[in-house]
Amino acid sequence: MRIALPFAALVGALAATAAGAQGGDLKACAACHALEKPASPTLDRFWERKGPDLWYAGDKFNRPWLVQWLQKPTVIRPGGVLWFKHAKAGEPRDTIDTAAVPKHDAVDAATAEKLADELMKLKGEGLLADSKFDPAVAAGPMGKLAFGKLRGCSSCHQDKPGEGGLSGPELYDAGARLQPAYVYAYAKDPQKFDRFVWMPRFALSDPDLQRITAYISTLGKGAQ
Amino acid sequence: MRALYLMGLAAMAFAVQPAAAEDDPKFQASAHIYDTYCTQCHGVQRNGKGVNTAGMSVQPRDHSDAAGMASIPNAEMIEVIHKGGAAANKSALMPPWASVLTDEQITDMVAYLRHVCKCGG
Repeated sequence: MRIALPFAALVGALAATAAGAQGGDLKACAACHALEKPASPTLDRFWERKGPDLWYAGDKFNRPWLVQWLQKPTVIRPGGVLWFKHAKAGEPRDTIDTAAVPKHDAVDAATAEKLADELMKLKGEGLLADSKFDPAVAAGPMGKLAFGKLRGCSSCHQDKPGEGGLSGPELYDAGARLQPAYVYAYAKDPQKFDRFVWMPRFALSDPDLQRITAYISTLGKGAQ
Repeated sequence: MRALYLMGLAAMAFAVQPAAAEDDPKFQASAHIYDTYCTQCHGVQRNGKGVNTAGMSVQPRDHSDAAGMASIPNAEMIEVIHKGGAAANKSALMPPWASVLTDEQITDMVAYLRHVCKCGG
């Protein structure tokens, strides 16, 4: 029941908003996503929200990816918006009840274009101000090494389908999905985006941030 | 600076109260924080078997292991939660949580962990 009730509520919310979203009205998305910066974020907001925040979508996403994804949504967060709600204790380790992870509605091509336009207008003031990603930096072998063994990003994120952790969003198509400046800024200080998010702030040096961002930005680029 | 930091840690370790009762608000708050942040690696049942552990080169600590947990002083637990595993020559896969948790929440978490492991203070 712990899982079934929120899931049923989410299905209802998605059904209620699908018609609005099909018309290209971004307000319909607000049933599940924060389109404005929460005035007073709390830990419990994570337990209640039905979708990831979109109030900085224009700082985060690449528009071509948005247009494609909105028409053919895939699961980005293997455990759902809060993995704990779909985690099941087990041996040899806990698992995710993937059948319970809600799926996102698809929209038609014209709607996807309209929604992408609106989403790209949503920007957080100064969120990327500290982002110093240098596009000239090549990830090299150190990029993958930093992502994996050295800095442990792979503990929570997958850089290949089926390889890596499940509690964070997958990153195997992040090169197509995310703006490098956003990846740098988020990796540097996730709490700048949300004080309570379960990715903590690591003490990453600028060279580390550069090579990790460069590596993430190569992932899935050819898939578009 | 290092001496000041160590003094701070010692003060936080001193502030760790004996394992709280399950109906204590601090216990409940720590359990909620644990569910949100710690279970991804340390497991729903606090046994080190979280959803993220499949490919980890070093497996997370089993917090239900009384013998293993009893060997870790409160001050070390506080330092590892605060600054990450690498700060105490442990796995760098344990990240620093100081950007998310307050000093008081970390101190309360150590008391909660003593309750989980049933291994005193």
